[in-house]
Amino acid sequence: MMGARAARRIRKRRRSGLAFGAVAGIATAFGLLTLALLIGAVVIEGAAAFDLQFLRSFTSRFPERAGVRAGLAGTIWVSAITAASAFPVGVAAAIWLEEYAPDTWWSRLVQTNIQNLAGVPSIVYGVLGLALFVRAMGAGRSVLAGGLTLGLLVLPIIVISSREALRAVPDSLREAAYALGATHGQVVFRQVVPAAFPGILTGTILALARAAGEAAPLILVGAVGFIAFTPTGLGDPFTVLPLQIFDWVRNPQPEYRQLAAAASLVLLIVLFVLNATAILLRNRWELRR
Amino acid sequence: MATIHPIPAGDVPALQTEQLSVYYGSNPALRGIDLTVPRNRVVALIGPSGCGKSTLLRCFNRMNELIPEARVEGTVRFNGEDLYGERVDPVNVRRRIGMVFQRPNPFPRSIFDNVAFGPRINGNTTGLAQTVERALRQAALWDEVRDRLNESAYDLSVGQQQRLCIARTLAVRPEIVLMDEPASALDPIATQRIEELIYELKEDYSILIVTHSLQQAARVSDYTAFLYHGELVEYGPTDLIFTNPVEERTEAYVTGRFG
Repeated sequence: MMGARAARRIRKRRRSGLAFGAVAGIATAFGLLTLALLIGAVVIEGAAAFDLQFLRSFTSRFPERAGVRAGLAGTIWVSAITAASAFPVGVAAAIWLEEYAPDTWWSRLVQTNIQNLAGVPSIVYGVLGLALFVRAMGAGRSVLAGGLTLGLLVLPIIVISSREALRAVPDSLREAAYALGATHGQVVFRQVVPAAFPGILTGTILALARAAGEAAPLILVGAVGFIAFTPTGLGDPFTVLPLQIFDWVRNPQPEYRQLAAAASLVLLIVLFVLNATAILLRNRWELRR
Repeated sequence: MATIHPIPAGDVPALQTEQLSVYYGSNPALRGIDLTVPRNRVVALIGPSGCGKSTLLRCFNRMNELIPEARVEGTVRFNGEDLYGERVDPVNVRRRIGMVFQRPNPFPRSIFDNVAFGPRINGNTTGLAQTVERALRQAALWDEVRDRLNESAYDLSVGQQQRLCIARTLAVRPEIVLMDEPASALDPIATQRIEELIYELKEDYSILIVTHSLQQAARVSDYTAFLYHGELVEYGPTDLIFTNPVEERTEAYVTGRFG
């Protein structure tokens, strides 16, 4: 039989466990509640202005005629350029670092600095984009410069998440392929990368979602708030949804606040669609295993 | 010194090591191993954990090289040819000397694609379906999976997965099959199937098997090598090693007095 002291100790442990569970639960509820309030407020305020007309119209001096067409198109353009530039470079860098780089102080230095780059504030990338793409490369205040700047911003995030996905591939898989007479390249590209691909894809799309919400670096590379056309080529000027929201919020007329809420709603929907795509792609890929 | 019993005249050497030593950093894992594996025979490597059985096995398909700090000294000959010669490509070695691992490690793909991987990376894709079927038949798995070749290998039981891994190895048509405790993750029935399989496979292959189970070594092997602390203590025909060993340490181990 159990002694009375042992029983007391166990009761005490159980109580402290319950207390911790309660604190963690409250913290979770707090986060969820804030998020729900935020989304609720955006929906309530923005729903009135949100309709097809709103998606199809450009911004205007008359609030009842203003829409997010330029911002939505700009966000899609910029995201596409960001993805096209950062995905191949980021994944290739991750493959090299994880599967090819020798373990020297130099490669460790590179790795540490990629971690640091992921923590650099986005405005700094804006300054870099301004100097590198807008000025030095001569891309001007174009959608190309904007997309490449955001590409730089998400590059370290894509590298880090892709490396994690590659590292999660068990070594037993690599050994199995080697033992069948696969070369290093065959092991990497026929087994390891395909096995890591769902994780790589998820990381990339989440990074893109972050890029789609950025405003600050794009202000620096010259995106404008008031624009009445959509980009037709890489060299065209542009705006994006977050900037459109910023521009409207600054406006003194109260109707624009409603427009800003509706535009936020559009941005949220874009982000949800991106995240849902990430989950969908991952699930489909994993089913095929 | 090790006791090496003579190998009967009819047996032709397939693999031979001479003064084979392996170091991990400055730690010796194997010291001065002289071992001969005859063709179409099953050789069991036994000994307590950490004695170097797996390290020895991995010398034969040069898998130790994948560990950066591992260093191999001495020679390993395969049909008389130095496996570690300057012109020998380890990739080529691994195509001729296959390996089955302790835990079944199928690729996250269909049953067919698992077996087809080896032929595909070698560019042998003519008659791929027949190659896959032949390998699965050899591994005694064909009847269980013939209707579900496109299903994921992960849907198989662990025992079936291990036979799939054997089929995958055989599909490359190796000359020698190395098995690193192939049944240690399996239940007794699956273990028995693997053992029966080993018995059939020796018609066509030489097999080296690392095992923790003395009974298994006694059941499946023709020759047994007892390793202890990185050294080969005794090597010879299995019945001799189990019934009439010369070395005291061998006798103590096979009678279960230590290990």
